[in-house]
Amino acid sequence: MTALPGSVGADSNRFDNVLKGGSDLEGRPEYPRFLWCGDACLVTEFGDTIDPLINSMVKGLELKIRGLVLPWLVETVPTYRSLAVYVDPWETRREEVELTVISLAREVEAKSMPSAAIAEIPVCYGGNFGPDLERVSIHTGLGPDDIIRLHSSKLYRIYMMGFTPGFPYLGGMDPRLETPRLEDPRTLIPAGSVGIAGKQTGIYPIPSPGGWNIIGRTPLVLFDPARPSPFLLEAGMEIRFVPVPEERFEEILSGKGA
Amino acid sequence: MSVEVISPGMLSTVQDLGRYGFQAFGMPVAGALDRYSLMAGNLVVGNDLRAAGLEITISGPELLFRSERLVCITGGDLSPKINDRDVPVWQGLMLREGDVLSFGGARNRGSRSWICIGGGIDTPPVMGSRSTYLRGGLGGCDGRRLKRGDILPLGAPDNFSRRGEGFIVPHELRQNYIERPVIRVIPGPQEALIAPEGVECFYSSSYRVGPDSDRMGYRLQGPVIRHKESPDMISDAVPWGAIQVPGNGLPIIMMADCQTTGGYPKIAGVINADLGLLSMMLPGDYLSFRRCAVTEAADASRALKGDLERIRVLLADHRSRPKDPSREIPADDGAMLLKFGGETFDVTWRII
Repeated sequence: MTALPGSVGADSNRFDNVLKGGSDLEGRPEYPRFLWCGDACLVTEFGDTIDPLINSMVKGLELKIRGLVLPWLVETVPTYRSLAVYVDPWETRREEVELTVISLAREVEAKSMPSAAIAEIPVCYGGNFGPDLERVSIHTGLGPDDIIRLHSSKLYRIYMMGFTPGFPYLGGMDPRLETPRLEDPRTLIPAGSVGIAGKQTGIYPIPSPGGWNIIGRTPLVLFDPARPSPFLLEAGMEIRFVPVPEERFEEILSGKGA
Repeated sequence: MSVEVISPGMLSTVQDLGRYGFQAFGMPVAGALDRYSLMAGNLVVGNDLRAAGLEITISGPELLFRSERLVCITGGDLSPKINDRDVPVWQGLMLREGDVLSFGGARNRGSRSWICIGGGIDTPPVMGSRSTYLRGGLGGCDGRRLKRGDILPLGAPDNFSRRGEGFIVPHELRQNYIERPVIRVIPGPQEALIAPEGVECFYSSSYRVGPDSDRMGYRLQGPVIRHKESPDMISDAVPWGAIQVPGNGLPIIMMADCQTTGGYPKIAGVINADLGLLSMMLPGDYLSFRRCAVTEAADASRALKGDLERIRVLLADHRSRPKDPSREIPADDGAMLLKFGGETFDVTWRII
């Protein structure tokens, strides 16, 4: 129905042009922009590039809105460069929504954003858990150990969630790991699989078909609808992959320490 | 306290008003494709507006009632029958233990109905909702469509609710099926990515609902809409009702089960009050679009809210009347609401 996750980070180099040298809203009179999508969703755009700074402004506006008690507020959806505010049109008027969102958005400044929470994701790389590690090695010319080192040494920002419930759109993968998708997608990839597709890396929260190069698997359960907090990850967080030996997988899975 | 599924029909799912609060995590809202119909039906049978009912599609299920319940079928008319006798939609119907509710099929009066049952369908809530999200396999009856032999647990009905028996929702307070509807939309956030002649084409053409349309989205067939340059954009949020134009230029209306984010330009967004009209459409049906302002959309939404309030008022009046078997109203009779000197009157009539 919709496109697969886009190539994260591909547009980062355009950021300077958009920002015109500034680090706040002053240099970009066209932002923030406010756009209705139907009458139940007001979108605030902070830019049109994929960049941590712009994304942190999105998160900043979300925090401000969630800090208020608004009877008409249904929920908020942060994405790369915009925040969607869902409202109940039975309970409010357009002017009220616009007034609230616009005044809060103008208060949001990139520099005042709190630093993101960091989540550590244990990953068993290679072997049965990462059947495509060798494929990535052949394509990149890097040895398996180098791939694991490069993949686990970076901090990845969760720009947004979508595609399937609990899927994090991650930014920040080392460009040396870039590997095209499989020509023949697998019919079933187990939950927790960590993969590389083009410029991006990600984790499958639920079992699904897919064409990503699977290099490892985490024993953490990213999505469990029966848990009080069904989702482990959230947009705005940063994550780090931590290599763990294969024998630790079952231990962590059964809750004997993570 | 249950209903047994003798045959499931084409696509029958448990739905309530949807699973809100998790779109930020990629969880679609799901829920009844016409919230108004579900809420109106719930009112008639004495349920909380948020109670779960059955959304049924084109050919309805066959259901065996294992306990006595008040039922109201809203939305389109899929020719409902109790023990093989035709019964009307949008009316409070009492089903006795052992009664069978079945459907004759769609008769060009809408493709979907909602069956609301006193006490509501009491499948376990998942993340705050009983709505079935088919693609995620979650909510409702094990996250799937009904199948033969399913037993649907029912909640405890409000004793007062059975007095909604015989209540007829006046025609002007129903979500009625309209042929070739003109759907009101608000220009979308990425209208600027569409070529001006593409935008013109969208508003001046008729589109047909394609065969591969479902609860995720309606794929439309008709004149191709051209983008200015590339159809690519940075993925952002996709609300129910958003109309995306992918690379092939054929618009897709996103429905309740749609993905929460997407990367195609949104040319327009269907106003909340017109989503119910869409729910009635069948593949092959035609529709067109008209621009409207957010203010007009808000008025339409408030009108719907007002309609629901009017049903509530009429129902309270109906329930307060002493029960008189001679007043039982056959299927062909009608009802309407009269306003006179600030008073509201519920008038029913019989065609002889």
